[in-house]
Amino acid sequence: MTNTPDTLIPVVGVITDVRLDTPDIKTFRVVTPDGKKAFDHRPGQCAMLSIPGVGEAMFSITSSPTNTEYMEFSIKKCGCVTEWLHAAEAGQQITIRGPYGNPFPVDDVFAGKNLLFIAGGVGLAPLRSVINYCRHYRDRYGDIDIVYGSRSKADLLDYREIIEEWSNDAGVKVHLTIDNAQPDWDGHVGFVPNYVKELGFDTNKTAVLCGPPIMIKFTLEGLIALGFDKTQVYTTLELRMKCGVGKCGRCNVGAKYVCKDGPVFRCDELEELPNEY
Amino acid sequence: MLKCSLQNVNAAFARIAESMKLYLPVDRGDGKTRFDVWSEGKEWSTALNTERSAKDFFFPQTENLMEFKTEGKKIEVIDIREENEVFVIFGVRACDVRSFDILDRVFLSDPVDSFYKNRRDHGIIVSVACGKPAETCFCSVFGIDATSPAGDVTAWRTDDAVYFTANTEKGSALLALIGDLCEECGTEAVDAQRAKTQKILEKLPLKDLDTKNFGGGKTKEFFNNPLWESLSSTCLGCGTCTFVCPTCQCYDIKDFNTGNGVIRFRCWDSCMYSEFTKMAHGNNRLTQTERFRQRFMHKLVYYPENNEGIFGCVGCGRCLSKCPISMNIVKVMKAMGGNEND
Repeated sequence: MTNTPDTLIPVVGVITDVRLDTPDIKTFRVVTPDGKKAFDHRPGQCAMLSIPGVGEAMFSITSSPTNTEYMEFSIKKCGCVTEWLHAAEAGQQITIRGPYGNPFPVDDVFAGKNLLFIAGGVGLAPLRSVINYCRHYRDRYGDIDIVYGSRSKADLLDYREIIEEWSNDAGVKVHLTIDNAQPDWDGHVGFVPNYVKELGFDTNKTAVLCGPPIMIKFTLEGLIALGFDKTQVYTTLELRMKCGVGKCGRCNVGAKYVCKDGPVFRCDELEELPNEY
Repeated sequence: MLKCSLQNVNAAFARIAESMKLYLPVDRGDGKTRFDVWSEGKEWSTALNTERSAKDFFFPQTENLMEFKTEGKKIEVIDIREENEVFVIFGVRACDVRSFDILDRVFLSDPVDSFYKNRRDHGIIVSVACGKPAETCFCSVFGIDATSPAGDVTAWRTDDAVYFTANTEKGSALLALIGDLCEECGTEAVDAQRAKTQKILEKLPLKDLDTKNFGGGKTKEFFNNPLWESLSSTCLGCGTCTFVCPTCQCYDIKDFNTGNGVIRFRCWDSCMYSEFTKMAHGNNRLTQTERFRQRFMHKLVYYPENNEGIFGCVGCGRCLSKCPISMNIVKVMKAMGGNEND
């Protein structure tokens, strides 16, 4: 009996590094106690992290699968588990289980395509995994555009990596924006959906969207206005989850379970779901 | 087929109880019937059904999943699972037997829930045919035959005897234990009882409840129906329907600090509860109407969509008699797509 694996029983993970990314987002590096990656994953998949006695919650894995040494999670402080994690230091053990959900179709649908990534706020966390995967296998993809916006400069996640690495890649264009003007910012000012329309992308692209629900809604409308079809746009959903494998019922929307049928959906697939996500 | 006279039934229970735990419906003396462990002196209830469904045997209301020991920054995960002992659930009605199939499709689908499977593998189900189905019964609507329920063993109870037939190897092995208390017999008495029950079933008021308008692929058709508002307007969100429901399977996972470690347990939860979907970025079902709709859409549309058309209801009627505001799946089905004659 005790030899039967059960997905609800996690393994121990160790936080080996905590990076303060923005005033309310920290990025945690996690390995097993023997220093290995807890499990392999695909871009867009998630993992359940827990602190015994505090709770368990689902987070997107922000590091790319091509990173074979560790996993990273960019986590915004906004609840019991995340508050606790934000107070944790390197060396702290947690529990981890996964991977859960459907990944982005990086090896088939995305292959050979021009890619447009659009993220708002902490919505960059799940996209960083797929962006870095595509950067790693750069020759498999066409041009890459990344539109990323946040409330302020300080709220831009992975800012250093974006400026020092992504912006310098051949064929990768990064378009940053912040909601309100500030003295040390000479880039674009305005909301992501408007910026996407202003940039006026051609439709010879596959788009990937992640951010607050309101941003996803208006950005998708903007892409449609630019001539994109919903079959060209992917997004990733977030709902309350407990089990991660479509049994506890919490993330059920229509006949789908976001934890196992998602979190990645093509936007035309979302049209089939009732509007309660 | 085996026949065991009613005088011998307690001896048969005693025989089974020698080697395994035997659960059967027992009257509590307050008008309610529940599954209880058999011991000398406990009588098998003649009540139509138990207050609570039989899902507890495989999916208990609360169950511990694992333990943690923490010391400083260190955590130890302790697997507390143990092989279950074999047990018998005696006297499960046809509706509840079907509910096991509905739960199996959730818990035994990949990845298998080992906690559920452990119990399921060790449970022997003795079903009993219904002799006097009630006005709240509508299992036939879902293709369930109350006169010949499934299970490892099927039993029929008449005025003077209990008749058994085994459907599985587990069932045959169980009947072998009590073989000397039974005699081989023909099917005449059982056939007669089945015919009598069929006549009652044909007259039940809910027998014509129409399911054909429901099923997979009908989300758009029903989701925005304005009737959800009026049907749910008096719903208290108490969750009683989900707790007595043999097929409701939503659960929560929580941690309990014992002072000497942490126990992670799961317990039944309800989509009818306001916090069920509440999370950091908000709540995707803010109103009771939305939560009410979720429960019925799941049973009548979403579950069948994922399970070859099988509905997530077995027609046991518990929610009909237990809902404090008398709202139930029958009213929903009639209002939204039921028989025009109703």
